[in-house]
Amino acid sequence: MEEIKKKLESLGKDVLNDIETRKNPDIDIPIRSLSNVVYDEKANMLTLGDKVSKRYLFNVAHAKPFMQTLLVASFCKDLQEEGIHTSLRDLFYALKRTLPNSDENTFDEQSESDPIVVDIEVMLNLLREQLRLNADVRGRVVGNVVIKDRGDTINWSKLGSGGWAIPSNVEEIQIKSADAEYILVVEKNAAFERLHEDRFWQNQKCILVTTQGQAARGPRRLIQRLSTDYKLPVYVFTDADSYGWYIYSVIKYGSISLAHISERLGCPTAKFLGLTISDIDKFDLKNFTIKAKEVDIKRAREMLKYDWFQHKAWQKELQLMIDRRIKAELEALSGKGLKFITEHYLPEKIKKKEFLP
Amino acid sequence: MTGNETAADEMAKNMKEVSVSEFFERNRHLLGYDNPTRALLTVIKELVDNSLDACEEARILPRIWVEIKSTGPDRFRVMVKDNGPGMTDKQIPFAFGKLLYGSKFFRLRQSRGQQGIGASGAILYSQLTTGKPTNIIGSIGNGKTSLYELMIDVKKNEPEVISRQLIEDGKVWHGLKIEMEIEGRYVDSKQSVTEYIKQVAIGNPYAEIIFEGPPGKMEFKSGSNDLPVLPKEIMLHPHGVELGILRRMMKATKARTVASFLSNDFSRIGAGTAKEICQLAGIDAKTSPARLEVEDAEKLFRAMQNVKLVRPPTDCLSPLGKDLLMNGLKKEFDAEFYAAITRQPEVYRGNPFQIEVAVAYGGQLPVDQTIKIIRLSNRVPLLYMEGDCAMTKAIASTDWRRYGLQQSPRGLPAGPMVILVHMASVWVPYISESKQAIASYPVIVKEIKLALQEIGRQLQHHVSGKRKAEMQQRRKEIFDRYLPEVAGAVGRLTGNKPEPILEKLKSMIRKSTEGVVDGGDKEETGKSG
Repeated sequence: MEEIKKKLESLGKDVLNDIETRKNPDIDIPIRSLSNVVYDEKANMLTLGDKVSKRYLFNVAHAKPFMQTLLVASFCKDLQEEGIHTSLRDLFYALKRTLPNSDENTFDEQSESDPIVVDIEVMLNLLREQLRLNADVRGRVVGNVVIKDRGDTINWSKLGSGGWAIPSNVEEIQIKSADAEYILVVEKNAAFERLHEDRFWQNQKCILVTTQGQAARGPRRLIQRLSTDYKLPVYVFTDADSYGWYIYSVIKYGSISLAHISERLGCPTAKFLGLTISDIDKFDLKNFTIKAKEVDIKRAREMLKYDWFQHKAWQKELQLMIDRRIKAELEALSGKGLKFITEHYLPEKIKKKEFLP
Repeated sequence: MTGNETAADEMAKNMKEVSVSEFFERNRHLLGYDNPTRALLTVIKELVDNSLDACEEARILPRIWVEIKSTGPDRFRVMVKDNGPGMTDKQIPFAFGKLLYGSKFFRLRQSRGQQGIGASGAILYSQLTTGKPTNIIGSIGNGKTSLYELMIDVKKNEPEVISRQLIEDGKVWHGLKIEMEIEGRYVDSKQSVTEYIKQVAIGNPYAEIIFEGPPGKMEFKSGSNDLPVLPKEIMLHPHGVELGILRRMMKATKARTVASFLSNDFSRIGAGTAKEICQLAGIDAKTSPARLEVEDAEKLFRAMQNVKLVRPPTDCLSPLGKDLLMNGLKKEFDAEFYAAITRQPEVYRGNPFQIEVAVAYGGQLPVDQTIKIIRLSNRVPLLYMEGDCAMTKAIASTDWRRYGLQQSPRGLPAGPMVILVHMASVWVPYISESKQAIASYPVIVKEIKLALQEIGRQLQHHVSGKRKAEMQQRRKEIFDRYLPEVAGAVGRLTGNKPEPILEKLKSMIRKSTEGVVDGGDKEETGKSG
């Protein structure tokens, strides 16, 4: 707590020093784009390079973001002092106001304040959770696991049909016990519901997680903690298209936009279970495919070039998708019968260890 | 060089065979009377030019009244009155009732009168189109006022006095008032009488002009009490002479020998040079000039062109000067920047001339239009044939984009600007008889371009200074808006009061807008730590 406050204060002190010595105040902000993201093969994760951009106060183009950065930093310091959490949306409304004698706002949209928060995270090497800013709440989990959260003991196997909603900040959660052989992460809620209803996690002795689309920080951190603490393999199950596969890569290696915290969120041992374009032939799903859109193809072409998609198997799948211009959703498996997924597809895949790296 | 010399020459020759009116009819296109619209302008122009010339010669600050009243379809009553020296009762009929023909064509002085055949031409035009006499009222300030009704006897080329009155009422005034009825048409355009009067007011800022015409009454106030110096009369320079003129001069001269003719009737020829010319031409220096044959005259002409001579004197020129040029523009255009320059005199074909350029820029001038051009020749506005004029060509061939204006290739620039070009010369070369466009002699175009470029540099300095100031103002506004927020945030982060921080930041804005503290307005990328 004190350490976080000090880091925020040091940002203010550096600027004050510049002002005292009549130097144009500047802030160094690490660049967070593909050009400054490095795939670390040894660690098997994406890390941020050391390129920075300087943000100056006395520069017409920089002055506003400079002001916004300090406003957000000062707000975060207040959160530390008051010991409360808030959301990114709250932060935006707390700081949005019209500047005196003008019709200009400090922030016009939340899309302006969100990246500034990440700037501060990266600059001060702090997590959003440490800044007491909650990320999106998304993702659910079931399994033979007992945890302790804010004094409550929760058994994930006794939560009825809903499962446990994963909070945005899982740092304070204690894992009491976990009885499972692997963790199955499914992209989609519908597939999660299917598997949960069929008591798949009970029969297969696994922890079942849904990310509900792109994985938020909470589920990613939780998957990482479970897999490292209990040495559980992680299998990821997504749609057969570029977006689904990218969700897998974010869980495994980290993301381009949050490359600075891959270490805390990445799960390098994760493996890809399905769906693949090859599965379409193998499981005779041809009738249930859909046409890939231009954006899907474009994304696949980009991913072909990513360092962390250079495995032969992945190059093959991406190329197949581009060539055949098709994709398949998890629900396509239901075309073969509602229980096909729980009784055939998943058990066979896991038994044969048919995974992609 | 087929100016009114040629026209007058022509007239003199033809005078015996045809009537003045016939000559006028045949040549009205040369004299500015080709159509009713143009004729109205020409009449005003001749009368106003006369008034200005008379006032300047008498060193009187001109005050001129001009009135145009429609009296019927294509009919106008025109009146021009001045506060000039006036004329004696005897002078009046001869000054106005006779078409001039070259009495002094071999003596040169910068004057407006080059423009046409003068006020008598206007009187003749009035008489030919309406059949009515012209009223002339004048006084020389002796308490007597002359009133004339005058026509021209076109057969004899002599004044025909219809009525004459000499009133001795002791009313002391001086000046002339001329009133006539003519066939004419008023069109509101770039070549209208109103535009002409406006440009006269700009080119002659020491004059006050009160104009009452179809658009209403306008007063052009005087912007200066300084009359330009009266130009001196000079002899023709041998390099500026034409064969036809030389032959007429030889007939008219009082000199007994060719040598004395050369040294007396031309500038820059002394006895030595006169001999040299005669030798070069192979002519006996003692021959009487009147007796030289046509071939000899030609030889003499060529020898005159080939001999090396001192350039003609330039004190015959009377430029407006920087102050008057600026005054002229300032009183008629509401701009933010004015500049004017007067070049040193130059010579084309033996004729001294001087170029002046002035500009008005910005302010209330229209931003998205082609610039306005005012062309003055010996202070007389040129309204027709803009595209053919050396002045226009020089403006179009100057690169104005480097001075901060828009311009299509080889076109006229666009922007909030008025350019005035004045050519002062004892002999202005026009490209045609209508005398509305100056011929593009290389040295004339070069002088105009040099003047334009110099003005352009001053303009650029102003424009870039203005942009810089705007940029700095914008920067200051931006920083003024953000600094209190920055000071507040830094204060909260460091536990300091924001006010002293804000004070320090504000003192840094000044340095920043002066470019001392500056991070550069581009993104910088580097390696950290």
